Amino acid sequence: MKTIQEIEKIRNEKRTELDLRINTQANTREKHILVCRGTGCTSSKSPKIIETFRKIIEEKNLQNVRVIQTGCFGLCAKGPIVIIRPEETFYAHVKPEDCEEIIQSHICEGKKVERLLCKNIDGKLVYQLNKLDFYKKQKRIALKNCGLIDPENIDEYIAFDGYKAIQQVLTEMKPNDVIDMITKSGLRGRGGAGFPTGKKWSFAQKEQEDQKYIVCNADEGDPGAFMDRSILEGDPHCVLEAMAIAGFAIGANQGYIYVRAEYPIAVQRLKIAINQAREYGLLGDNILGTGFQFDIDIRLGAGAFVCGEETALLESIEGRRGQPRVKPPYPASQGLFGKPTVINNVETLANITKIILNGADWYASIGTENSKGTKVFALGGNVNNVGLVEVPMGTTLREIVYDIGGGIPNGRNFKAAQTGGPSGGCIPEEHLDTPIDYESLAQIGSMMGSGGLIVMDDTKCMVNLAKFYLEFTVAESCRKMHTM
Amino acid sequence: MEENCANQRIQAQTKEILQKYRKEKDLLITILNDVQEKFGFIPKQAQMVISEYLSIPMAEIYGVITFYSRFTLAPKGKYNLSICLGTACYVKGSQKLLDRAKERLKIEPGEVTPDGKFSIDDVRCVGACGLAPVFMVNDEVYGNATVKQLDEVIDKYMNL
Repeated sequence: MKTIQEIEKIRNEKRTELDLRINTQANTREKHILVCRGTGCTSSKSPKIIETFRKIIEEKNLQNVRVIQTGCFGLCAKGPIVIIRPEETFYAHVKPEDCEEIIQSHICEGKKVERLLCKNIDGKLVYQLNKLDFYKKQKRIALKNCGLIDPENIDEYIAFDGYKAIQQVLTEMKPNDVIDMITKSGLRGRGGAGFPTGKKWSFAQKEQEDQKYIVCNADEGDPGAFMDRSILEGDPHCVLEAMAIAGFAIGANQGYIYVRAEYPIAVQRLKIAINQAREYGLLGDNILGTGFQFDIDIRLGAGAFVCGEETALLESIEGRRGQPRVKPPYPASQGLFGKPTVINNVETLANITKIILNGADWYASIGTENSKGTKVFALGGNVNNVGLVEVPMGTTLREIVYDIGGGIPNGRNFKAAQTGGPSGGCIPEEHLDTPIDYESLAQIGSMMGSGGLIVMDDTKCMVNLAKFYLEFTVAESCRKMHTM
Repeated sequence: MEENCANQRIQAQTKEILQKYRKEKDLLITILNDVQEKFGFIPKQAQMVISEYLSIPMAEIYGVITFYSRFTLAPKGKYNLSICLGTACYVKGSQKLLDRAKERLKIEPGEVTPDGKFSIDDVRCVGACGLAPVFMVNDEVYGNATVKQLDEVIDKYMNL
């Protein structure tokens, strides 16, 4: 259990120590070798890379060199990825056998290993991460810490303003202030439907009940979507902190994270994060000594697409078949165990601490008239830079596919992009310049959805794809649509 | 006699899992996940122990098990081949992988080969879309997969 002063001390000390993570000009002799331990890079042997680096460093008895596991850097197509800071060198497709050369050439002799660098569309080698085309049009808010910190180390999270928002909320704000701020920011649900988050919180706050709940929906069921998984793997604490803030705002003292059992790394990191937060007194009976009580438990899903629907999800947390309930009553009045409940998606929650710290006006200045902030997309299919991207709302599909995504491989042409998962739609070429926001996507017959964005080239058959999705929806239907 | 022994072992191991949990009905799915992990399926003996512990009727437990695709009532093969049919993998040709696996092993998804060695699952996105198309053998992920690679992997496990 730590006091506010103790947390601040950790923050200041750690922040100085980790300055080289965000400052390419940092005045230090230290080097941090960051290795992606997201699901993608982990399946292509990044744990072996970490082990090899550590072994070589020990053998050579190198001081001032640290190897750190991080969450997803985003450019999954180039994995496994290794980034060396402070100089921000981005090495792609690294194999365990490359580690020796990276250490010898880059760390010991100061010469970058050119054969492992990436090229931009113009064919030029890229020596620094922020010069990569892939990152130029992106703006990272929800993914801010992904790829920057070790997700299994709470001190690294604290160093980059972690648990500062909850401190501010508990010491300076009233529940209504928090809700007003979130409402004013214009944040809308990132699970797909886009309901205003502040409004959702205020409904639950108005209910007169002793027991209320916060539920985090991490049942990312849309095929081709891995935004939420990457946030949980790369920055689990930001979700915990946001849930505690939501709990304070509506008057809840218990939270549940409903996460897919198919995401073992995310589950593991969440467990570690919850234990660390409890140990520091950032979850539990008396958070930061303010008397505020809030704790979080994990519930695993077991492979049912429909459980992403909020009332089916509640049934599942209660231990039953995930069959949707009839609404109303809405969860805000009668949710989990019949009590008022706020259910927010992972990415929605990942925006909360940033809004508290930077203000509602800052957040509302990003994006379009009715869709504020950024959106994370899992860019997949027939596109060169497959991976995770975060862009301001209003960015066009063309920018995502061509400028960030690097276009279609093998010289093929663009045919369509699928957004919104099985209930979304396919966007043909004539709509490539549509700005991505909730209303514009709905207008052209698709939807924002949770953020899967699958690009298809001109060899793909749309009839076949329609069949594929129909088979999916038949298999996963909740069979409740009886009054259409 | 042998069967009795196996049943008792399952019951004992299930009780061991239950020790971690309070007697609350909402923990059913959490417990089933642990049991599935432990045995590779959910044996009837385990269901009986859980039923008694949580005071939930067997029929209801059966209902929950059959609702969620992660839970199975029969063991899978020693090498469970999961082929991802998420959109990103599908667009990159994972149907060909599934067709080939079915052709080679002569079973359908959800079935086990007669020798108990292989089973096939068609899964809905394992989240490794950056490596599409993807298949897995137990927990081992094979990314940017081709039919040729799948053949080689099947050959490897056949000869083990």
